Amino acid sequence: MSATSWAWLVLLLPLLGSVVISVGFRAIPARVAGMIGTAAIGLAFACSIGVLVNLLGDEPEARHHASSLWDYANAAGLDIKLGIYVDQLSTFMILVVTGVSTLIHLYSYGYMQSDEGYRRFFAYLNFFVFSMLLLVLAGNFVLLIVGWAFVGFASYALISFWYRRTTATGAGMKAFVINVVGDIGLVLAAFLIFRELGVLDYEAVFAAAPEAFQRGEWTITAICLLLLVGAFAKSAQIPFHTWLPDAMEGPTPVSALIHAATMVTAGVYLIARTNVLFYLAPTAADIAAFTGLATLLIAGTIALAQTDLKRVIAYSTMSQIGYMIMGVSIGAYSAGLFHLMTHAFFKALLFMAAGSIIAAMANRQDIDRMSGFWRAMRFTSIMLLIGGLALAAFPGTSGFFSKDSILAYAEARGGMYTWMAIGGYVGALLTVLYTFRLVFRVLPGKPCEEAQTLIDAGHVFHAEPENPATGEKEDTEVGFPGAEHHIAEQSRPMAVAMALLGFGALFAGLLQVPGVDNVIFGFLEPAFHDSPLDAIHPTVAHEWEGLGVGAAITFIGIAVSYLLWIRQPALPALLRQRFRPAYLLFLHKWYFDEAIDLLVVRPALAIGRFANRTFERLVVDGLVTGTAETVRGAGGIVRIVQSGFVRSYALFLIAGFAGLALYFLLASQ
Amino acid sequence: MNIEWYIVLSSLLFAVGAMGILIRRSPIVILLCLELMLNAGNLALVAFSRMVGNEEGQVFAVIVMVVAACEVVIGLGLIVALYRRKLPLDVDELRTLRG
Repeated sequence: MSATSWAWLVLLLPLLGSVVISVGFRAIPARVAGMIGTAAIGLAFACSIGVLVNLLGDEPEARHHASSLWDYANAAGLDIKLGIYVDQLSTFMILVVTGVSTLIHLYSYGYMQSDEGYRRFFAYLNFFVFSMLLLVLAGNFVLLIVGWAFVGFASYALISFWYRRTTATGAGMKAFVINVVGDIGLVLAAFLIFRELGVLDYEAVFAAAPEAFQRGEWTITAICLLLLVGAFAKSAQIPFHTWLPDAMEGPTPVSALIHAATMVTAGVYLIARTNVLFYLAPTAADIAAFTGLATLLIAGTIALAQTDLKRVIAYSTMSQIGYMIMGVSIGAYSAGLFHLMTHAFFKALLFMAAGSIIAAMANRQDIDRMSGFWRAMRFTSIMLLIGGLALAAFPGTSGFFSKDSILAYAEARGGMYTWMAIGGYVGALLTVLYTFRLVFRVLPGKPCEEAQTLIDAGHVFHAEPENPATGEKEDTEVGFPGAEHHIAEQSRPMAVAMALLGFGALFAGLLQVPGVDNVIFGFLEPAFHDSPLDAIHPTVAHEWEGLGVGAAITFIGIAVSYLLWIRQPALPALLRQRFRPAYLLFLHKWYFDEAIDLLVVRPALAIGRFANRTFERLVVDGLVTGTAETVRGAGGIVRIVQSGFVRSYALFLIAGFAGLALYFLLASQ
Repeated sequence: MNIEWYIVLSSLLFAVGAMGILIRRSPIVILLCLELMLNAGNLALVAFSRMVGNEEGQVFAVIVMVVAACEVVIGLGLIVALYRRKLPLDVDELRTLRG
């Protein structure tokens, strides 16, 4: 079988899983639905390996294949195929997406067990993975947009999975609306590309673009800026990021899926995929890089002040995606994608560990209430620690090598990009601080009430079901979380998924150690040979220098965190008092929600109200009721004639004919 | 005989029929008056046909007879239906179709 046949199978299997579960959900027992869902993604992962093996059989420069099943539309110079494009980049993406998604499905199999919407959950999950695979495998911009929109819908369905929680449905709508804004940007970019080049297939576009555009020309800059709108909305970059923390309303495996494997990495993929276009539009690429830098710093500071376990991890995702966006925008394509992969491992792991802890807390997420889980849940704690170490780029872990490869490239490119590297290191310090704030608050110390229950009674703490955000009382029917909570210590599938991810989070970085081996870059780089930026390589000595700085930052950060949250627990409160304005700024997430509310939501509502009061009431209603009144008035006049007296009708008839006859008689004279 | 006589007779018959429709209230009489008017028309048609010298007018007269027969069937059917439902046989009382 060829690489593309395997790739079609990769697409087919999750779709099939989703269809089978959703069509047969009455007949299929819940457990079986979970198995089908997990197996579909697992087989897709196996097929992705098939793609990889096939691709490795080709010469490195010939590792790209396009395949098409049929034509969507072929008229007037427009040729849209249902086509996929398999190269190193898409193969890398499907491997990460299916691999991590398989483990997340496995985890969900245990975690969601007592939820009444178990089958629906797996149908959505499979559809989500299918959408993401469609997005990364698409061979032209039209199919890319289709996958892009599917991902948006799937995220909406899953964030609002507990649909009886108003907070969850609100968060789902927010995510959907912001994603649609991004979709519009992407669609407009595709229109512009078609207008300028007349083609939409990747290969054709990337071949034609360098001849059609001058470097820095405004049209290509506009195209790239529109692409960036799409990328920023999906990847939660400033100012389109506000949906991501709210998306924490979904079940924890959904957060893991959105943050690690699907969805937020789409923007990184898009920029890497269209690197040819971004090379031609240096302004747009720099804007993207600066947005990434700003996002990684701002999200890092916000994460320092939040107290919701999942939200802290959510902001850390934003921050890490900021690194990736910065990387692929300045030309460090392979490094950015490498970070995407390692991030997928440790972020999924962190969310899984967080989910396990939240389950032990009976769905409460406030880290101020948590302590002492090291004694209560050893396995989960170890996993949280591994995820935290990888996120904080502890020497030897995966995040250590991937993050520094981006920053080393930025430094090697020189100029203003050096400043980006410095900003990235500052962000790395923030990362360590908020990560270990989380770890030191949750793991050590005297076990909290919930942790103590687990130690004493050996079962998970029970509390009346309630919404962790608002404290509203809930029941455990469909549309709300299930009655039982499951922790990794008591659920084999959850533990297996976490252990595998923990292994990846610890050791995936060893695939790409500067000067030692070159597995990831060696595989990916031929895909980016067209870009002159890919020729820039930091020297091995430079990379190790960067790694040294990174390691120093990690150790300093851990030491500071230890001081702040273990040795001197009074100090953070003191700091909060001292730097109150900054603390409030971080606590309120830099007032982005408020700013968007003021700048976008309120004006839109005002326009709506104006349209309702003035235009709708006066003009539209006036036209409609005016027409109706005219007809009614005319009808009123005619009604008088319809007396119901047959003989009067006869009189009218005869008189009319007599009158006509008279007229003709007189006229003929 | 001169054509005027026929036309005058036909006009008179028509006027009598029309008058009957206007002043009588019984549906049966109204139907009769309608027949009178139709036959006035027939008389005129046949007279003109004779005057012109071809048969087209007579063909029309036959068609009018057919139409008249149909109309009488429907009219009488309505009257029978009215009678069965014990409604008054008076067109001035039957005015539910007032607009």
